[in-house]
Amino acid sequence: MAEPGYLRRKWLNRTMLGLSSGAAGLGILILAIIMGYTLVQGIAYLNLNFLTQAAKPVGEVGGGMRNEIIGTLILVVLGSIIAVPIGLMAGVFLVEFAGPKAATTVRFVADILAGVPSIVVGVFAYAILVRPMHSYSALSAGVALAIIMIPVVARTAEESLRLVPNSMREAALALGITRWRSLVGVIIPGALTGIVTGITLAVARIAGETAPLIFTALGSQFGFQGLLKPIGALPLQIYNYALSPYPDWQHQAWAGAFLLIMLVLGISILVRWTSSRRKM
Amino acid sequence: MNTSPAIQAKNRRFSRRSNFGDSIFSNLTLVCALLVVAILLALLVVLNIDAFPATTKFGLSFLTGTSWDPVKEEFGALPAIYGTLLSSLIGLIIAVPISLGAAIFLVELAPSWLRGPASFLIELLAAIPSVIIGLWGLFVLVPFVRNPIESWLGSKLGFLPFFQGPPFGVGFLAAGFILAIMVIPIITAVSRDAMRAVPNEQREAMFALGATHWETIRSAVLPYCRSGLIGAIILGLGRALGETMAVTMVIGNGYKLTTSLFSPGATIASKIAGEFSEATGYVFIGSLVELALILFVVTLLVNVIARLLVWRFTFVKAQD
Repeated sequence: MAEPGYLRRKWLNRTMLGLSSGAAGLGILILAIIMGYTLVQGIAYLNLNFLTQAAKPVGEVGGGMRNEIIGTLILVVLGSIIAVPIGLMAGVFLVEFAGPKAATTVRFVADILAGVPSIVVGVFAYAILVRPMHSYSALSAGVALAIIMIPVVARTAEESLRLVPNSMREAALALGITRWRSLVGVIIPGALTGIVTGITLAVARIAGETAPLIFTALGSQFGFQGLLKPIGALPLQIYNYALSPYPDWQHQAWAGAFLLIMLVLGISILVRWTSSRRKM
Repeated sequence: MNTSPAIQAKNRRFSRRSNFGDSIFSNLTLVCALLVVAILLALLVVLNIDAFPATTKFGLSFLTGTSWDPVKEEFGALPAIYGTLLSSLIGLIIAVPISLGAAIFLVELAPSWLRGPASFLIELLAAIPSVIIGLWGLFVLVPFVRNPIESWLGSKLGFLPFFQGPPFGVGFLAAGFILAIMVIPIITAVSRDAMRAVPNEQREAMFALGATHWETIRSAVLPYCRSGLIGAIILGLGRALGETMAVTMVIGNGYKLTTSLFSPGATIASKIAGEFSEATGYVFIGSLVELALILFVVTLLVNVIARLLVWRFTFVKAQD
């Protein structure tokens, strides 16, 4: 070719496009390495005792994370009970009742709230619940998780409610039923799959949260003792055991990580699978 | 309409009664929406109140103080602020080229059958809980960072102030790697959406001039969505600044100002996570809450800027 620099341009083109593809490959490779390592380690140390026994005191070999698994389930349910109604109603407000200015403001604030570091939310829950009540508690942890969950539920509920065609709203109102009846009976059910998807993704996120639990749930060797008492949680125990000097505990941390990753990624993949089937 | 005031009033009364359920319901949704706003304001107020013992005792010198001594009750935030910025900076330096490259691949290069699955896999990385990334970081990445990475950097580039000192493994460099892993998904996803919003005419015009694919991307695609890309990077920064568990597990809990990336350090978040549940005394707890307040305000600003950039870009796009 006569054009000067042609080869150089061609070479640069190939290099940069190759590097871009490599970058995408690297991202997927990192995922595969972390997942693969956790799965291999986790399966090696996962056994029946781990699932069915309570934690043993320092120095004793054996024991499991039964209480922490139950604790995580309780905390997730508690967080959802608080966050789902509030988030859903806020989403309904955004779509059905808010003027453009109010909608923009609330949407913006919800996005900002979703970006607040979870450790800060934990400090907040400590300040408003743990300190006045003089006790670490499952309740304070549930509130912290709910604060993390609310903006996610609100925004996904908003998006799925927006997808409900206006003709359905009009059809409902034309039957002469009131607005709130049409919302509860027609519009929210119409958006239910999307809303449930959003809630499920939010649950996956809070199930793995650790930072806001350190000084709200605190952890506990005992099982569930009531909402106003400390409670153990799977991610919290993984953190504590990972930093412990005992190999047996470190192995249990891997088994816990395996369970947690199966739970969280299982939910993500399930959601993806159902929502892609829905589109077709 | 020409109805008399009396009839108007009657109609209003009637509709008010029949819409009783409606007004309850709409007010209920309003309350829930206001609650979202109230939580954000309450965060600011409550953190300020609980930080009070520290803010009154140290004033602005809290930001410049370098000691952290619970026994003498002397607290300064500078090493934690420095550690937060340094580890996030390392994370972004590693993550930004990888994320932009991955986004370019997903938008410009990938065949359509690969696009969805590849996007999904990279986003799946964001779904892995922080504590698991930390566990992996502690047992797999940290030994790898100690040897070969740090020993190699120390022997080849040891004349630079960044690569001096013994290779611990745990420290700023390991934290930077971990943060890179954690922000790659978000930067990739947001910049992918920004690139996808670039109209095809941009690309076609560039191709028609005889440009190579890379030249098209560089001169027609990337500049067009620049504010979206910057927004994506700043969103990643916001995530990196507040990331807690994984960083706490690999940064090694030192507390000093040093240029060495090999040195153990602390971030604001790791300091809070590591010491809050054992802290005693109003000044100690107040200092930790003030750290949380600093982190909150900084991430708030960063997120506001990022959102505005990303929103402005999508808004401009919607107008075109």
